Amino acid sequence: MFRLLEQGRSGEDAVTIDLDGQPVRARAGETVASVLMREAEAWCRATPVSQARRAPYCMMGVCFDCLMLVEGEGLLRACQTYVRDGMKIRRQIGARHVVPSC
Amino acid sequence: MVVDCVVIGGGIVGSAIAYGLAGCLDDVLLLDGSDGDPRAAQANFGLVWYQSKGVGMPAYQRLSRESVQEWRSFHKEIEDMSGVPVEFVGRGGLAYCLGDEEFEARQAILSRLASQMADTGIEMLSRGAVERLHPGIRLGPEVTGAAFSTLDAHVNPLRLLLALQRAFAHRGGTIRRSESVQAIETGRGQFRIRLKTGDVDAARVVIACGEASRVLAEPLGMTLPFTLQRGQIIVTERMAPFLAYPSDRIRQTACGTVMIGATKEDVGFDPGTTAAAAAGLTARAIRVFPDLAQVSLVRQWSGRRVITPDIAPLYERSAAFPGAYACVCHSGVTLAAYHARTLAQRIAGRGSWHEMEKFSARRFDVQAA
Amino acid sequence: MLKPDLLIVGAGPAGMSAAVVAARAGLSVMVVDEQPTPGGQIWRGIEANAGTARGRALGAPYLSGLATVRAFRESGAVYWPSTRVWQIEPTLRTYVTGPDGTLMIQPSAILIATGAQERPAPFRGWTLPGVMTVGAAQILLKAPGTVPAAPVWIAGCGPLALLYAHQLVRLGGAVAGFLDTRMPAPLAGAARLAAGAVLRSGRELAKGAYWYADLHRRAGRYVRGVVDLQALGTDRVEGVRYRTADGRVEEVETSLLLIHEGVVPELHTARSLGCQTRWHAGQAAYVPVLNEWGESSVPGILVAGDAAGIGGAEAAIQRGRLAALRILSRLGRLPAGQEGAEAACRKALARALAPRAFLDRIFMPRENVFLPDDDTIVCRCEELRVRDLRGALSCSVGANQLKAFTRAGMGPCQGRQCAYTVASLIANVEARPMGDVEPFRVRPPLKPVRLCDVASLAEEAAPP
Repeated sequence: MFRLLEQGRSGEDAVTIDLDGQPVRARAGETVASVLMREAEAWCRATPVSQARRAPYCMMGVCFDCLMLVEGEGLLRACQTYVRDGMKIRRQIGARHVVPSC
Repeated sequence: MVVDCVVIGGGIVGSAIAYGLAGCLDDVLLLDGSDGDPRAAQANFGLVWYQSKGVGMPAYQRLSRESVQEWRSFHKEIEDMSGVPVEFVGRGGLAYCLGDEEFEARQAILSRLASQMADTGIEMLSRGAVERLHPGIRLGPEVTGAAFSTLDAHVNPLRLLLALQRAFAHRGGTIRRSESVQAIETGRGQFRIRLKTGDVDAARVVIACGEASRVLAEPLGMTLPFTLQRGQIIVTERMAPFLAYPSDRIRQTACGTVMIGATKEDVGFDPGTTAAAAAGLTARAIRVFPDLAQVSLVRQWSGRRVITPDIAPLYERSAAFPGAYACVCHSGVTLAAYHARTLAQRIAGRGSWHEMEKFSARRFDVQAA
Repeated sequence: MLKPDLLIVGAGPAGMSAAVVAARAGLSVMVVDEQPTPGGQIWRGIEANAGTARGRALGAPYLSGLATVRAFRESGAVYWPSTRVWQIEPTLRTYVTGPDGTLMIQPSAILIATGAQERPAPFRGWTLPGVMTVGAAQILLKAPGTVPAAPVWIAGCGPLALLYAHQLVRLGGAVAGFLDTRMPAPLAGAARLAAGAVLRSGRELAKGAYWYADLHRRAGRYVRGVVDLQALGTDRVEGVRYRTADGRVEEVETSLLLIHEGVVPELHTARSLGCQTRWHAGQAAYVPVLNEWGESSVPGILVAGDAAGIGGAEAAIQRGRLAALRILSRLGRLPAGQEGAEAACRKALARALAPRAFLDRIFMPRENVFLPDDDTIVCRCEELRVRDLRGALSCSVGANQLKAFTRAGMGPCQGRQCAYTVASLIANVEARPMGDVEPFRVRPPLKPVRLCDVASLAEEAAPP
């Protein structure tokens, strides 16, 4: 849905995150939500109420629509979560489980 | 305006009584306050509970148990009439014990309750038995067991309030909202309720407005001894179902959120919430269920319970002004079925008031003597 | 426990400017901000973007933030990035969670400088993937520098929408169409305000007019007088249907719709403390009740920047400085030689606010901005539609009880996206002015916090 203006020099400023089991390249210092918006499937969760798909909406932490499961941390706002190399991210389908599945 | 009965207080207690009265009397008027009023009914934890109630007071033990039993049919009755599901689940309820000391203390309570009533339906479960009740989640290492009552239940207290008010309206009752009672005048067997929006005359008046009840009841010759106790509750994000049973401090609601409560604080009128309270509540919850650690807390609130000297409810009938009644209690959800059925009928003049005398404030005079 | 003289929430123009004044005068200042770098939303990513082509394309007002950020970095204020404030108690005791875990802070005064959020303007389909705010797209432009992959449709009203379209085009993006929801302003009033504004801020207005002209020229289509919108699609946006004031209904295909209906102050923090607020009809927003220094109705709590009422970055700088001067004087720490500082701030503030009334007037949101039709989702978290709320409206006494009966406002965003709409529905049904309707009470935590983060306080926190 979005594209990078400048393709960075390959290497030092890039990290790889794991999104639903797929490796995804990301810029160091960007948010998980920003990475997601360059994906073909630019949605982050299916709601616990009706399983409707949602995507990042406000990008500044006030809509809470970009909640994603971050391994070892919980269901967090993807727009306030910065990428780390090797980070595991899951789209949350429906209500989350008390024992995280990723 | 002239009605048969005015119920002052649109919380769960007042709404349950008003709903019951509307089944006995023609014109019942329910007066509710405004949105900014303290509303304990909107801060409730939602237990329909008797397993810890009435130690040293068998009448309260029986009352609670009777109401919990009545709930089995009561929830269907108000759901049918209001069209509002109240999310009643009555599979039983738990009180988790951390460490041996808590287990023994809980066991002692159960023994005392058992000495007051044959077949209480409450038993102590070992850690292993508690584990079998929780296939979806591991227990913390400190959990030694739990008390389990097969009758205890939980309900959505907010839906309950809505259901009661709608069922009341369905029975022909009238609700006036954002009202504030200025005074209750007496004379010629009638009560005149003075409101900012006009006066209402009624043959009966029921005062059931929680902490505001005392000042209205006093001039009608009814003394209501109670203090205020703050209770803070926190709630989490929605989770997939993992808790099949409510407990006295943790329960998962129908929509998946987990409620964790409640503090008991003597802080007078302070309506606030504190992080210290949230810390205490969450720390204990994590000791019971360590996997809750990474769950998000979404909201925290507080309410003020009205607490009588022996915790049991106050059902008062004015001797000086026949037709005036007061009902004050902190367990409005548990007792809703009883209030809507038995108490309302007694207020309407059906059956003897005699059994209610045990819950008059006069019980404290006897104890003092 | 940490006991700074001043705790500032937010490292945008107001927070940083206040920190600079207070720290230079010798106060111990702590600044807590959710972002990893200073600048707030307006100067987001400024340190990384300065000196780059992207920085230049973002424009001079953006680049001007670098000076404030540098002054802030050098001020001596303690700066905690990536940290969120989740509760402030009436004693001013504040709880934050960040990279170092959860901490308690007991400051002598608090400055709320939490900025603004875009006005939540519900319309059918606004929850679909592919609908996002213009502000969100601008954040993606600032970091990591991304633009919509295809020519984009933008709908709404307000300077930010124009600015973004302008920046986007400069950076090589494209606007497929612009659906202008601006109401035609009554000419006489607007002209009078314009005359006053042009005298004092002609340059800013000329710039705005240029953005408008530029957009007209570069947008594939420009549709005036849009009064209703609907995002189409099931799992994602596939198109937009819109209706114009003259009754014309059209549909266009798009996979991305950016929406913007102006900005409103972030009031969650102030309202959680019981700070009085009022309805500001001119800005179609609730604003905190403040004195000329930014002091709220709660002692020790000040508000500056857009959180105090929308005024823009320059006004935020001056309000931040004034708040800091007030705190210094309250604490008896105002240094000698600061006599002229207040006058200079007030003069600059007046200049910065000069075009505001005109801007508010011409970008006044459409009348139905908070009154969508029955089928529209109001509460995004709980997925409640207008009709769900209407059913409960007649049997509740106000916003708090409506929330209790419906769950509107009980989800993770805690009413940030539905409080206005709910208040507006109540006002509409009861035929009361917005100023009469009290929105939801704000409950802690201000931001969701994990149970383990809260529980970690159990040993540290003294009983209440």
